Amino acid sequence: MSNAHGYNDFTLGGFGFRRDEYFAHITWTTRDGKPMSHTLDAGNFLRALMRDVAWGFFYGWVNFDDVFGTVNHYGTVDIYAGAFNGAMKDAGVDRMENHPTSDIRDVFERMLADWTNAGFDPFAAPQETGSPYGPKNGDNLPAITRARELAKRCVGLQGDLALRTDAGGSPINRAFADVSQDAPELHPEPGFENEVHAFNLFAFLSRSQVTWNPSFTSVVKNSFMCPTTEEHILPIIHGNDRVEWFFQMCDEIHWNCDHKETGEPLARVIMKAGDMAAMPAYCRHKGFSPKRSMLLVWENGNPKLVDDIKSGAAPQVPVSF
Amino acid sequence: MPTYRTRFGSLNDYDKGRVEPINDDVRHYAFSNCFEIANNSKPYEKVVFGQNMQYVLEVLRAEGSSPWYTCAHDEFALCMDGEFEIHLVKLVPDATVQDKDKEGAVLVDGEPRGQNMGWMKLGRGHQGMLPAGCAYQFRSSKPAVIVLQTCKGDLSIERWADICQTA
Repeated sequence: MSNAHGYNDFTLGGFGFRRDEYFAHITWTTRDGKPMSHTLDAGNFLRALMRDVAWGFFYGWVNFDDVFGTVNHYGTVDIYAGAFNGAMKDAGVDRMENHPTSDIRDVFERMLADWTNAGFDPFAAPQETGSPYGPKNGDNLPAITRARELAKRCVGLQGDLALRTDAGGSPINRAFADVSQDAPELHPEPGFENEVHAFNLFAFLSRSQVTWNPSFTSVVKNSFMCPTTEEHILPIIHGNDRVEWFFQMCDEIHWNCDHKETGEPLARVIMKAGDMAAMPAYCRHKGFSPKRSMLLVWENGNPKLVDDIKSGAAPQVPVSF
Repeated sequence: MPTYRTRFGSLNDYDKGRVEPINDDVRHYAFSNCFEIANNSKPYEKVVFGQNMQYVLEVLRAEGSSPWYTCAHDEFALCMDGEFEIHLVKLVPDATVQDKDKEGAVLVDGEPRGQNMGWMKLGRGHQGMLPAGCAYQFRSSKPAVIVLQTCKGDLSIERWADICQTA
């Protein structure tokens, strides 16, 4: 049954979700039994929801804002309101529930599909998509069901993730019109055509159709190069459960880094072309990219790392010196 | 429609950012810059500037010809400035790294023994594969900057206090 604005309401455990023309409204009952609510801009909510769904709840915390979000336990997921907001936690008005991943994914996927109107692409930069606002107006299923682009060894190898091309539906983005599209010179001897291999990573990224959505481009064991193109604001505040590394390949991104548990500000990190920085595992971070830029997110995807994280054995800082 | 200018860095022209601490130790962000590291490195020093357990990203200043390296696992070289060549040889089995779990690159003992695989020339933004079990050599007539995706090995150099912002 849709509401007066044409959108369906959703529930997950003790949480309720309702959207109107401009906002997403979340309701819950506090630990001492009082009704509580929170309101987010509908566009911002959908951009965050898109990442949470597409990334399978990602590594650690996906904060939609300072109040609402999820924590991935790789099999189950916590959903919370106020649990990682120092003031709300102290006031006892927070709520956290744990659900099987399949249950929360089902609700989130249906909510994303129902609340995303035709013409609005939650993955696109704000200048490159239509409005998220207004009463229910169709849907945009192709945009919200994109598959993540994951190379198994390296982009462009035979049988691996293909290069991006005009013909493949990946034109050069307006902000990267000046990025060279030249190809590396390859001179393989006969029989080594698939081993003497290189590709133009910057050209590949210049053709990305999405923002703040890493793909895999090269893999060494469980070391994943996850470059992505960033424009405007990271739609989530990511609280990683492991150290995460960023290598800024062009232009710049400004990061706000806060304490993961309380939201207390810790540092600003200003990254420009050639800069490398780590996000310690105790922080949560949100990025601001004034111009579309290329960021290499470098992840350790070792599945055993999850056990180290659960036991507290995983390092909180990238390196000690 | 505005005209955008994409800003890349180079050995001769880069603008390093910074950590602006509020209530934290800046060393916990391991903040560095690949061009600054390369400007302060000898040719083909493998300077670790990212470390995630056993995995590393290294900065190499390419200048002249490197030694011949080999590795038990794949590695990938990204060109961040300049141009360089990568020459590849498929090593005969007894010339490869015998410990298949050995991590990081090692030097080839003498000249590489095996079949010539060919070569490639990379410019800025190009990423080349260094397949497991082959020998490779970088060659560059002018200084260039390589970011290498690999594992920490015998040749990796760590000098965090020198490359990272500390205050």
